[in-house]
Amino acid sequence: MHDLSPLTPLGGTAPQIDTVADLTCTEQCDLALASVAARLGQEKACAAALQKLLGAAPPVAGKAHLAAPYSAVWAGPDQWMLGADFATHEDIAAQLKAALKDTASITEQTDAWCCFDLSGEGIAAVMELLCPVNMRALASGDATRTTIHHLGCFVICGDPNGFVRILGPRASAGSLHHAILTAMRSAL
Amino acid sequence: MTQKNRLSGGQIGRDTTLKFTFDGKQYQGHQGDTLASALLANNVRLMGRSFKYHRPRGPLTAGSEEPNAIVELRGGARQEPNTRATTAELYNGLTAKSQNRWPSLAFDAMAINDRFSNFLTAGFYYKTFMWPAAFWEKLYEPIIRKAAGLGSLSMKPDPDAYDKGFRHCDLLVIGAGPAGLMAALTAGRAGKEVILADEDFRMGGRLNSETLHIDDAPATDWAAQSVAELSALPNVRLMPRTTVIGAFDHGIYGAVERVSDHLHTPDPGKPRQTLWRIYAPRTLLCAGATERPIAFDNNDRPGVMLASAIRSYANRWAATPAQRIAVFTNNDDGHRTAQDLLAKGVKIAAVVDTRPDAPRADAYEVLRGAQVIDTKGRLGLTFAEVKLADGTLRTIECGALGVSGGWNPNVHLTCHQRGRPTWDDSLAAFVPGGTLPPGMSVAGAAIGALSTHGALTTGAAAAKKALGLKGRTPATPKAEDAPVSQTPFWYVEGCSRAWLDQQNDVTVKDVKLSHQEGFRSVEHLKRYTTLGMATDQGKTSNMGGLAIMAELAGKAIPEVGTTIFRPPYTPTAIGAFAGRIRGMEFHPTRLTPSHYWAKERGAVFVEVGNWLRAQWFPIEGETHWRESVDREVTATRNSVGVCDCTTLGKIDVQGTDAAAFLNKLYCNGFAKLAVGKTRYGLMLREDGIAMDDGTAARLEEDHFVVTTTTANAARVYQHMEFVRQCLFPDMDVQLISTTEGWAQYAVAGPNSRKLLQKVVDPAFDISNEGFPFMACANITICGGLRARLFRISFSGELAFEIAVPSRYGDALMRKLMSEGAEFDVTPYGTEALGVMRIEKGHAAGNELNGTTTALNLGMGRMVSKAKDSIGSKLSERPGLNEADALIQVGVKPVDPSKAITAGGHLMAETGPVNAAHDQGYITSAAYSPSLGHMIGLGFLKNGAERLGERMRLVSPVTRLTVEVEIASAHFVDPEGERLRA
Repeated sequence: MHDLSPLTPLGGTAPQIDTVADLTCTEQCDLALASVAARLGQEKACAAALQKLLGAAPPVAGKAHLAAPYSAVWAGPDQWMLGADFATHEDIAAQLKAALKDTASITEQTDAWCCFDLSGEGIAAVMELLCPVNMRALASGDATRTTIHHLGCFVICGDPNGFVRILGPRASAGSLHHAILTAMRSAL
Repeated sequence: MTQKNRLSGGQIGRDTTLKFTFDGKQYQGHQGDTLASALLANNVRLMGRSFKYHRPRGPLTAGSEEPNAIVELRGGARQEPNTRATTAELYNGLTAKSQNRWPSLAFDAMAINDRFSNFLTAGFYYKTFMWPAAFWEKLYEPIIRKAAGLGSLSMKPDPDAYDKGFRHCDLLVIGAGPAGLMAALTAGRAGKEVILADEDFRMGGRLNSETLHIDDAPATDWAAQSVAELSALPNVRLMPRTTVIGAFDHGIYGAVERVSDHLHTPDPGKPRQTLWRIYAPRTLLCAGATERPIAFDNNDRPGVMLASAIRSYANRWAATPAQRIAVFTNNDDGHRTAQDLLAKGVKIAAVVDTRPDAPRADAYEVLRGAQVIDTKGRLGLTFAEVKLADGTLRTIECGALGVSGGWNPNVHLTCHQRGRPTWDDSLAAFVPGGTLPPGMSVAGAAIGALSTHGALTTGAAAAKKALGLKGRTPATPKAEDAPVSQTPFWYVEGCSRAWLDQQNDVTVKDVKLSHQEGFRSVEHLKRYTTLGMATDQGKTSNMGGLAIMAELAGKAIPEVGTTIFRPPYTPTAIGAFAGRIRGMEFHPTRLTPSHYWAKERGAVFVEVGNWLRAQWFPIEGETHWRESVDREVTATRNSVGVCDCTTLGKIDVQGTDAAAFLNKLYCNGFAKLAVGKTRYGLMLREDGIAMDDGTAARLEEDHFVVTTTTANAARVYQHMEFVRQCLFPDMDVQLISTTEGWAQYAVAGPNSRKLLQKVVDPAFDISNEGFPFMACANITICGGLRARLFRISFSGELAFEIAVPSRYGDALMRKLMSEGAEFDVTPYGTEALGVMRIEKGHAAGNELNGTTTALNLGMGRMVSKAKDSIGSKLSERPGLNEADALIQVGVKPVDPSKAITAGGHLMAETGPVNAAHDQGYITSAAYSPSLGHMIGLGFLKNGAERLGERMRLVSPVTRLTVEVEIASAHFVDPEGERLRA
């Protein structure tokens, strides 16, 4: 076991949690991520392998598959971002490679992203200050890429009235967090 | 006396008394007042001075179309000029000042302009300030601007915040009058997502200003009940205080919500205003209509107002501009004003009706077939001169005069995408026509349905049609349906100084002059006279101007046409367009994994794109950045230094064709690069110019990691995706950025291996034999953490780059520092990095400047002839390969004490210094602590053959002339022995 201590994307030793009114923004660090892109000519095989892994067909455009141990978000044609608990899947890329073999290219993305979970009341009012996504029309399992404060982000809807996950670039976690909190203080 | 002109009734909260000041004087008003209504209630009619002639002015209207009552609101940094008193919501502690006057509103020295009005007619400055030409910019324009100003800016940063937001709906209803409310009810009850936006703080539109009834109840009650019903519907969002300012492409509307303008200061964290982008597949414009004035001499005196505005003040705000009021009208609406005022106890001096067959009235005198031809009064109206039907004159004493010339539908938003309104003869007005913005329909007074019944029925029907709702239209409530008869009456015959555009001081005479001088097109008229060019966009003036121009030209009004209405519908604070994107929040910031550690060390940061990078790390006793940088360079070259190079772009390239793909992408060969090896690569643009450089490390047969320069990371990734998707879609290759996923540090210097050996797990041999120059590998460190190691060198020293997942970057940096203490390990920043790469002759952004080729960079032979790659063919163009092409060289001063600066040009030792004799230029320069003098990199014609030549480095801009010697660009370790050690 190595002796290097991790920092959270916001630079802390523990995830940051902020609550404004009845909405909580949680810095989510227990998340391992990897991108999966089907190899040329292997698209069907890759989808089949993913189906086996996820227990459901890989999500189509605008959708996410929310489950354990693996969740998946559509990221492009024949491309997905897969997520799992960091504690058990720090080596997510290796695990996926073992499952998908040469049907896909897999790249570890765990530390390329930061993750903020919004849970509670008032999500739509906050999100409408952040991005053009129509939260009022989203259902559980909807996911999209958008920009928040100029940053390319994933917005994944767990429950339109209670839970949304935002993935953004890790190096800009501070800026993204500031934008989210500013919107929370403004809207709530 | 307090609120001398306050009437009974109204929709104001009399229980709440609000104190405010105007021009320093204290007044009182009530909750629900506007600044204008409160001032009128306090018997203040004079609220401003006109733009050009500094004539005393009071409010003309009771809404956003106001041209006259323009004031400076608030004070200090929040001072906002050119605000309409008619829409400014009163709050306790409001301060307002009149503007464009000196020394005071009542005595304005610049009113002298009015005496010289004969000289200041339309176009006077074009004719007057002709000579000498140079005087225009320096003398005339500043004087004119000062004299003809509006408000003033505080010149301080705006302390308030502004938000931007996005909303979606099935139907956007603009305007919450009877038509808008009925439309929103129809759509809302059907379960559709509805946004109802209204610029007023109280929804209801004209219903709040009239004494009409709907379903036998006061219309204001119906409006309030409708608003209550709508606010209870979860699918309906009411947006009061929200002005839809523009209709943009694809059903997108801009709307400014004045979130906190009715408060003294915004609540903590709340914005002052929010600029909404509303996505609406269907939009219903229910913007109502604006009453139009009639032009007659001196029709701009404070107290002369639109008749409907006087009615609004009396009915909604329980305020009257005077206790004795006359009305001048050409239609029945003027009589409504007289009746409503009478009911409130205001005396009616007379109703002057231009129609010989005007209706009679018992309660007040009606002067049929008469016209108001002039007014009197120094700072406000005292008398109106009336020409009776028989031609005799009569003077009527009155403190206010309500003028009604009929109604113009508010077509503005229908024209934002270049639609032109059409003329409706029955209304004698323009109505929406031609091509409306896609998805937009219009209802109510805005489409010419001027009765309450017409508004309610068209509102319901239009909403139903827009949304394709099935079934019968529900019955609309009962309301008045008075026939509309609008006969045009634009101005009183023979008038001259009769104001059309009160905000820009354009008179009937000016329009006649414009016609006389040949500016007859409506667009020329607008520019020559400035009619309609003020902040109110001519909402009360355009029609009058067009009508007079039509008459002079002997044309019908529709033949004259209209000018274009453009967004924003009403003046909008620039801050609303900026939103939160200002100051430190102008763009997001990217922090490196070692940022917090570097901050603790007191690093000085520099912005590189969005990244914050440590520039140098000052230590105690260092007073100048050069001391820090020289120390960092020397320490690295003598022992070991560490630099965070995470910011370099990292792109993961995988697939069975990954090597073939890179072979196309880079001009040099990559197909045969062995697994475990790294190679420097140069990418060319299609046109053969160098685009970016970096390294590609082959971690596995089908897996490369490409690095790019920090500045070009996104651009290179974009280029690679283009190449993958468009040029070589048949290749099996997958790309993804991993820049932020890995913390990557350069560990450089003769002791770098010794330091790394303390960190890298013993299973991995990083000796020169086991891990030679340009090797790469997946390794583990510190007891099992996955990491990547590259033996590459930007500094020219024995060097490595080590990468770990970003979350461990901070810990790794601290580890390298503690483990490196025995070697005096030194962190170095981008400045030392820059110095070392210049000493080594490595090209960077300064050299890859978008004009240089591989040949220029001294890497011409890298462009492989054995394969086809992007840009390789066009790099062979003769023009890029001339005998005296620019080649990268080094320069050093002949006198070591002299400076070398980037940007200077190389000239022969003697001879002229000009562009024709230019031999080359310097791109990078630095003080080299290794050599003890300044050095530079640059491009020199045929440079490779000119080593040792003496030249002059000149920079006319910085007045520099230095004698320099041309040298190899590789100042340090030209044989590369150190990096292979």
